[in-house]
Amino acid sequence: MVSDAVSAPVSKARRAGNGTAYPRYVAGKAGGAVVSLLAVLVTGFFLFRLIPGDPVKTMTGGRPVSAAQLAEYRKQFGLDLPLWEQFTDYCRKALSGDLGMSYQFRTPVIDKITEALPNTLLLTGTAFVLYTTLGMFLGIRSAWRQGRVGDRLNTGLALTLYSVPSFWLGLLLIVVFGVGLGPVPGLFPTGGMESGGEEGFAYVLDVAHHLVLPVITLVAVEYGQTLLVTRSSVLDEMGSDYLTTARAKGLRDDLVRRRHAVPNALLPTVTLVFVNLGRTVAGVILVETVFSWPGLGGLFYQALSVPDLPLVQGLFLFFASAVIIMNTLADLVYPLLDPRVGR
Amino acid sequence: MTTEAGTAGSRALARQRRRRSAVRFWRAYRTHGAGLLGLGALALFTLVALTAPLTVGSDVAGVTDAPGRPLQAPSGEFPLGTDQFGRNLLGLVVWGSRVSLLVGLLAAVLSVAIGAVVGITAGHFKGAYATVLMRITDWFLVMPTLVLAIALATVMSRSLGTVVLAIGVTSWPTTARLVRAQTLTVESRPYIERAKALGGGHWHVMTRHVLPNVTPLILAQTTLMISSSVLAEATLAFLGLGDPTVISWGGLLQDAREAGAVSAGDWWYLVPPGIAIALVALAFTLCGRAVESVLNPRLEVAR
Repeated sequence: MVSDAVSAPVSKARRAGNGTAYPRYVAGKAGGAVVSLLAVLVTGFFLFRLIPGDPVKTMTGGRPVSAAQLAEYRKQFGLDLPLWEQFTDYCRKALSGDLGMSYQFRTPVIDKITEALPNTLLLTGTAFVLYTTLGMFLGIRSAWRQGRVGDRLNTGLALTLYSVPSFWLGLLLIVVFGVGLGPVPGLFPTGGMESGGEEGFAYVLDVAHHLVLPVITLVAVEYGQTLLVTRSSVLDEMGSDYLTTARAKGLRDDLVRRRHAVPNALLPTVTLVFVNLGRTVAGVILVETVFSWPGLGGLFYQALSVPDLPLVQGLFLFFASAVIIMNTLADLVYPLLDPRVGR
Repeated sequence: MTTEAGTAGSRALARQRRRRSAVRFWRAYRTHGAGLLGLGALALFTLVALTAPLTVGSDVAGVTDAPGRPLQAPSGEFPLGTDQFGRNLLGLVVWGSRVSLLVGLLAAVLSVAIGAVVGITAGHFKGAYATVLMRITDWFLVMPTLVLAIALATVMSRSLGTVVLAIGVTSWPTTARLVRAQTLTVESRPYIERAKALGGGHWHVMTRHVLPNVTPLILAQTTLMISSSVLAEATLAFLGLGDPTVISWGGLLQDAREAGAVSAGDWWYLVPPGIAIALVALAFTLCGRAVESVLNPRLEVAR
């Protein structure tokens, strides 16, 4: 997906010649990313300061609190300062990694985030590898046999699972395979990440056991998108002359597919996978909530049900920045993978 | 021939053309089996939602005087069982369709309206305005939509309006991009130059020439957007960010979870709302894809 913002620096880069093209492209992308991150920072501030009116009232949640206590809270969270000072203060702190104190846990938000991050990375990483592989594999198969029964089944199933709410699928999997239903015994834990008390290899197995259902849920709701995108990109290459040439020189059908069509088709898929990271974040939040996985998504749910505004704000900044940074990295790697872009 | 007669004649001509293209559209749509299936399912759901006051009535949601005992399994009397207050689940699912469909529809309309305005103006007025607008669109495009919607819904009061707003203002960028691309194509055609040469202003060009040409795209996009809005509404309700006083499918799932239906294995409480959400979302997706491929046979591949 080449947006205008992408193609403008690219066309300039072409004129500049090969030597300086890539550094310029990188500079343009990095500049754009910095602006985007600043926009996230500003949004994070105003979203949580202006709209709710009085954060202290929200914080105390309608409990009867004396005026002295309110003033104390205001001072503690820096809410008695003028808005402009609050903003500069917030920017300075956020840039140095200080995201404020959680109302709920009375610990720094950044500590809660770094604590939960590895768990989320474990869950998301495992699911990401599986759904990308599965989606690409099925997508290529599907496109190669476009219109046949297999393709129809594949696309139909992918579209259906894509329409299923991830949290609902998770709940059903817990009922069937966690709690057990009828003849099916409860095979997997219903939530959490570990049973506790295990060590060494047994601990690894225990975590893997807890990982099964959340990963299945995430893969089921996410692979459809990769499948459809891969299918479209392969279909785009199907009519190409170079495939006719490859066939004309006598290559077997699956060699034509593996060596010629797929490498070209995979490149757009790679970018789209990154552009769609925002959706994956949504899936992770819901799946972690349903399975009580002690990651960032579960933390987000705990924060929003209070509502613990500093924690919601901190996680908002974190998720948004992470997605923007991942997207920028994908943009930077893309021209290296595909010489047709950016050079 | 007076000018007035000329305008009347051209209006009649335009109407005739529109009618003809609608007929052509329907003929092409009819060949898409999946699209027809989706359309049928939608008609059914709409009928159920509209007739709900007659079939189940609003007292189905009342927690006092509930007809059954709490958490009964499906039986002849309660085909889908009962919830933790002893309310009839079949009735609740039927009643919940009203909020789910309404919020989905309103959020999609809001989202597509923002997207269409941004897309048409960004395509029509070039220069700094368009650049800034498209940068904003790109920013919203990569943002994790749900996180933004949750943040919005958290800081605002719990109401259906909040949910509509939270979904609408976070999901418009795709529409804006598509509409802008189409606007650029339309505006490069000679008849736009003619309209400008005859003194047509910005408003005239945008509403009389660009808008009719992007309308099919907007319709297809709305159909697809309702599907994701229904899902988003269910998600927000499930996370407890919806209006707690109304019954919706996502809210039912949240109730089920809070009532311990998951650990007790009360599958009948969980299955129907989820299936309803999935079916509606799927039906709108099927319709949207059919409309898309009728309007632009290459779109399905090119996207």
